[in-house]
Amino acid sequence: MRENLHRFFRAARGVGVHVSPAESIDAMRAVAQVGVSDRAILRDALLLTLAKSQDEKLALGDCFDLFFSQPEPRQDRPESVDQDASQEADQAPSSDAASDAGSGSPQQELGPLAQMLLSQDRNTIAAAIASASGAASLSDIRYSTQRGIFSSRILDAMGLQRLRDDLDELTATNPALAERLRAALDALREAVRDTVSQGLALYAREEAENLRNEILRNAPLARIERRQVAEMRALIRQIARRLRERYSKPRKRQRRGHLDVRRTLRRNAAWGGVPFLTAWKRKHRDRPKIVALCDVSGSVAQVSDFFLLLIHSLHEVVDDVRSFAFSSHLIEVSEILESKSPEEAMSEIMSKVGFGSSDYGSSLVDFEREFMSTLTPQTTVIVLGDARSNNLDPRADILRRISDRSKRLVWLNPEERLAWGFGDSEMPRYATFCSVVRQCATAQQLERAVSDIVATYQ
Amino acid sequence: MADQKASTSIEAVESGLAAQGYIASRQIATAVYLSQQIEKPILVEGPAGVGKTELAKAIAAWRGMKMIRLQCYEGLDEAKALYEWKYAKQLLYTQILKDKLGEVLGGAQTLHAALDQLHDFGDVFFSKEFVEPRPLLQALEQPGGCVLLIDEIDKSDAEFESLLLEILSDFQVTIPELGTVSAISPPTVILTSNSERDLGDALKRRCLHLHIGFPEQRLEERIVESRVPGISQTLRRQMVGFIHEIRSLDLKKLPSVSETIDWARVLVLLQASELDTEIVKDTLNVLLKYEADIEAAAPQVTTFIAKAARSNVFG
Repeated sequence: MRENLHRFFRAARGVGVHVSPAESIDAMRAVAQVGVSDRAILRDALLLTLAKSQDEKLALGDCFDLFFSQPEPRQDRPESVDQDASQEADQAPSSDAASDAGSGSPQQELGPLAQMLLSQDRNTIAAAIASASGAASLSDIRYSTQRGIFSSRILDAMGLQRLRDDLDELTATNPALAERLRAALDALREAVRDTVSQGLALYAREEAENLRNEILRNAPLARIERRQVAEMRALIRQIARRLRERYSKPRKRQRRGHLDVRRTLRRNAAWGGVPFLTAWKRKHRDRPKIVALCDVSGSVAQVSDFFLLLIHSLHEVVDDVRSFAFSSHLIEVSEILESKSPEEAMSEIMSKVGFGSSDYGSSLVDFEREFMSTLTPQTTVIVLGDARSNNLDPRADILRRISDRSKRLVWLNPEERLAWGFGDSEMPRYATFCSVVRQCATAQQLERAVSDIVATYQ
Repeated sequence: MADQKASTSIEAVESGLAAQGYIASRQIATAVYLSQQIEKPILVEGPAGVGKTELAKAIAAWRGMKMIRLQCYEGLDEAKALYEWKYAKQLLYTQILKDKLGEVLGGAQTLHAALDQLHDFGDVFFSKEFVEPRPLLQALEQPGGCVLLIDEIDKSDAEFESLLLEILSDFQVTIPELGTVSAISPPTVILTSNSERDLGDALKRRCLHLHIGFPEQRLEERIVESRVPGISQTLRRQMVGFIHEIRSLDLKKLPSVSETIDWARVLVLLQASELDTEIVKDTLNVLLKYEADIEAAAPQVTTFIAKAARSNVFG
């Protein structure tokens, strides 16, 4: 049982549940208490000790069900027919009986695998498969391409070579028995293949998912294929969740060791100034204030989806965010993003200002006219866009005033650095007034950029 | 053998809690049983009002132990959770003992000698006499054990979590001036959280993690039955069915078990024999706590009542 539990822990790690040695010890102790006879209780006990959030519980529950569902060796039907046939054959009192009696002696010389298959004891076969997959270290399987090699390793470990020899021999001496053995062998292959598939599902999920996510994170947002959009959205949401977990609750930071003399004296006035209660100096921290300007014009249509999604998640992380979307003119979208689900909000914003040809100049004029007062010396301004203004006046002077009024001005550009300044790109002109200019073409870059912005307020 | 014993003791937990009016699902009972057997705290998560705090109360009542409750909030610190020195008493005693001190130190000729004599005297003012035990220390000092409820741990600061680690894993605390205080008998610790913020891994690792969601229909009916005995079976079925329908809506705050019980009481008070649109609309504010939610649910009331009644026929 201990061996099985250890394999289960590995499978649990495979589905993304973090199982440390200490937790596995706890789980062992819990299992020792509740025993293994009642599967429902065992399941509860493992979920209680190993999983640490509702998501993990669901994942681990599925993993448990998969792990403890033995792939049934699919032999029953063809074999029951076979059995019936052989019983019928037994009832016929002629040469068949003789052959059965005769088969008794050659069976003695058959290899253990052949005997096991002929005995049709399903439990023994299942146990043999389990121990062989242990010997072939099935839990090391990582990729679906490895299925073949693991199947053959398991079969080898079960003694396939000997069985082949037996088969060759039997074909010559006892064709009927050879036929039965061959059918049983096919069923065995199938059962092994199922076991390997199950192993793949159990142990390799994490690896495959990591690989896929890694590729997706580094894929350029502008060239995401349609079928990947949903996955990408999920990934961005994951990033947003991580940001939220890291930054949502402002941590108190005390400067330990620096006595605040004035406050200490005031607090201890009751004791004649004898400092029983001490007060320490605290670091003053700005509350995060963010103003985000997001380009939703046709030239960045592919990327603005993800930009909006991320801004949506910013609204959840930071209390004071105001967001604006623009193409040829600029509107405030904070309320839409706050009150609606990401999908609804995005389609509404797109229908209001999206897909036009971009005019950075007049959008900046809009911003200066109506919203300049939202900027304070604590504000970080984020501009998401490619700075392609269709050769219209870029009004970089407004951007300078924005930069003067705010704490920082961050420009995130989805284009490659090489393309900045070519064609109608006004990036170099704008860049002089920005505190930070970043290329932001992949999900990973997006995450880093936003994480840096939020981190400056921590 | 051991297995048999385990499942019967889990049933014993279930019936023990039921006797206190707390209808526990199998999972909850298993958690309570395990926490007792392997001496680990339980971290209970779930939406507000599903009976997280009630669980601690029920365990305390069932085992006949004292319950010590520590309500967490932002800014909770050692002095309020663990122990505090009785400053005023210390100050008062130094004043009263001034003359005594003069006597003790009278023989000393130099400052150095006086200090030496004081050292021999020991740390009188930092002894147990002057410690004001707060909930955590109280829990460790209960001779017969107790149920320690640390409520809404997610409201406290991250630093406070670290403070708890020593208590949760070893049932002891270290007071710098006094040394380590170990529990006389390890308390049963229940932590509750509304998942307002993610708790640290170190804390989670030390606990059994129990998630209490909204109960299944049957279970909820049993809960209502035990809490509001005066309600008729038909009405009970109908109202629980109705609430399950409501929970399928996308609302700001879904009604949880505590709201179900409140509503049942209200319906009994109003002497309703079965649900109808009028009475539901009048009492919807018991179930839903936001105006927007009530507006969203109101148009659906008739359909839901019909559905609840139909499931009642087949159930």
